[in-house]
Amino acid sequence: MNFKSTIIFIMIVVMVGLASFTAFNGLEVGNVAIRPIGESVRQGLDLQGGVYVVYEAQTDETGNELDRMMSQVIEVFRRRVDSMGLTEPEIVREGDKRIRVALPGVENAQEAIEMVGKTAQLQFVDPEGNVILTGNNIRGSEVKFPSGQANPIVSLDLDSEGARIFAEVTGRLAQIPNSQVDDKIIYIVLDDEIISSPVVNDRIPDGQATISGNFTPESASNLATLIRAGALPVDLTEVQTTTITASLGENSLASSVRAAQIGITIVLLFMLAFYRLSGLVADIALVVYILIVLGIFVALNATLTLPGIAALILSVGMAVDANVIIFERLKEELRAGKTLRSAIDSGFNRAFKAIIDSNITTLIAGVVLYQFGTGPIRGFAVMLIIGIVASMFTAVVVTKFLLKLLVAMNITKNKKLFGA
Amino acid sequence: MRIIENKKIWFSISAAVIILGLVLGLARGINVGIDFTGGTLMEIELYEYVSTDEIREITDQYDPGASINHLGNERTTIQIRTIEDYNNQERMEIFNQFKAEYDLPDNEPSYASQFGPSVGREIQNRAMLAVVISALGMLAYITYRFELTFGLAAITALVHDVLIVLAVYSILRIPVNSPFVAAILTILGYSINDTIVVFDRVRENVKHMKKSNFAQVANDSISQTVVRSINTSVTTLVTIVALYVLGVSQIREFALPLIAGVISGTYSSIFIASPVWVMLKERQKGKRSHRVNPDTN
Repeated sequence: MNFKSTIIFIMIVVMVGLASFTAFNGLEVGNVAIRPIGESVRQGLDLQGGVYVVYEAQTDETGNELDRMMSQVIEVFRRRVDSMGLTEPEIVREGDKRIRVALPGVENAQEAIEMVGKTAQLQFVDPEGNVILTGNNIRGSEVKFPSGQANPIVSLDLDSEGARIFAEVTGRLAQIPNSQVDDKIIYIVLDDEIISSPVVNDRIPDGQATISGNFTPESASNLATLIRAGALPVDLTEVQTTTITASLGENSLASSVRAAQIGITIVLLFMLAFYRLSGLVADIALVVYILIVLGIFVALNATLTLPGIAALILSVGMAVDANVIIFERLKEELRAGKTLRSAIDSGFNRAFKAIIDSNITTLIAGVVLYQFGTGPIRGFAVMLIIGIVASMFTAVVVTKFLLKLLVAMNITKNKKLFGA
Repeated sequence: MRIIENKKIWFSISAAVIILGLVLGLARGINVGIDFTGGTLMEIELYEYVSTDEIREITDQYDPGASINHLGNERTTIQIRTIEDYNNQERMEIFNQFKAEYDLPDNEPSYASQFGPSVGREIQNRAMLAVVISALGMLAYITYRFELTFGLAAITALVHDVLIVLAVYSILRIPVNSPFVAAILTILGYSINDTIVVFDRVRENVKHMKKSNFAQVANDSISQTVVRSINTSVTTLVTIVALYVLGVSQIREFALPLIAGVISGTYSSIFIASPVWVMLKERQKGKRSHRVNPDTN
């Protein structure tokens, strides 16, 4: 028995054990705290509940005009979503005319959609409470710094219909004497909240209005943004929605975790029973594999989804494949009468080509899946790709190293213990 | 092992499954999920078993054609599926009716998803494209690393597996939806992976081949790799079966075809890919010797 190799082997087993413990339970040493993987991984909304909506803009516009429209819609959405105080909302443009809004962790999914997708929000209201203009009439709003004035102003640019109505209303309000100032106000209301209440001084004939007052550059720019953001410039329809309540998500997670535990345990036992000492090495390598996959996943800050978990569990079954290829080769070499040492070397060399070729073909499927998939399918593809790369690494590096170490330990010459 | 010699048996078994799937699919129609057709799917936990008739009293107000299923071990979750494309407000209305009727808490374990019709067509097109592109990519890679005959034989096995899985979808009436795309592509990957390991051995054994007896080389290679094929399928199946047994409904719909795919992938690498490769090799050899010796007959 070789003392040094044995010590290294035991140390590796202890390290792997400790790493697994840390990954699943977290670790606190002095001031350093490592969170368990279960807590640090971002969960997709199918696991924590939430809502996912894809909106499509109903417009024939293209090019720059469409881009401008879409970014304005995104701005509106962002503002509304921010007010919900969620941790990881996602608002992205998908293709040309679609916007995907994912709100993980919302309590009431249906209400959240209602809040994000509602249409009329920016309104100009006259003193009698009539809505005179909506966001649709606003073409733009900017901050301006007129010379000779202390405070910045906010300009408004209206479309032709807006300009006509505005000319009529401001013409009427401008004639009211200044003593009745409350009757001369136009309220600018955004999502039922008055964001500005300018007093009309003159008739505004050409759709080019300005709001002046005690603005700071910040408050002016804030108002201009709100006005721009409030103008949802286009009709949107929900083309795809998924809502999942939190408790259903928790259920999915809990049942998947149990499936993983049971599946992994059976695979570990199977390898041990079939390949004995080699099986033990494969089991350690498999644990390392799982740690690597989860580690990369956390490092990429990828979102764990239900299909992602399915891919992970599936990949555990497939990850031992490279080990199986190697061990079967090893058995053949041992049966052909080679010594353990040389059987390991030639077994690895001959298995290597098969492992590389078979994994690269699977990798091609994974990459295509990622390219063409959306949402949860992408999550699945990411898991698959990470899994393939990690399994090649653990089989070729970890399994080989441990197997050689095991032989160097010189505990047994019995080839049966290597499955032969 | 006399795998190659009995190829007619293997091909017939596969053909039988595929034809059964095709016939049933044509007769009963494919259970196409709402991701592909457009429509709405709602799942509501009612905490008690409620008969379909009772549920229809509510759903018939919206769509008398809606299909109702009971899910979960206690069958207390109902799934309502319709090709009508309900927006948020309509879904909320339906949910509120159930809430009132069965006295459900506000934040009910529930799931809803809705797809507009155009999205379905897009997903379908992209799925088809993804399958074709990955098959071409694999064919190119195998041709580069092995030779064209291996590539063609592997692709044949792959098409076989896809057809088998489609047949399973049709026979078991599993809904064809977006996880379907992931399932098919996973099977593509698995099928090829398995086939490559057998072919790797063939490639190696061809070098030491005495006469050009491709059938013998294939049979030997299969028997040398069969333990590996079985063991890998077993470990993979163990994990998917665990997912199937313990998983939630969305996972089960996905795990079931994968189980079929893994079995088919293992089967095809032995019983389809290898015989096809031998057939291709023998045809190639026949042509070549014909060209080299035109006067022999």
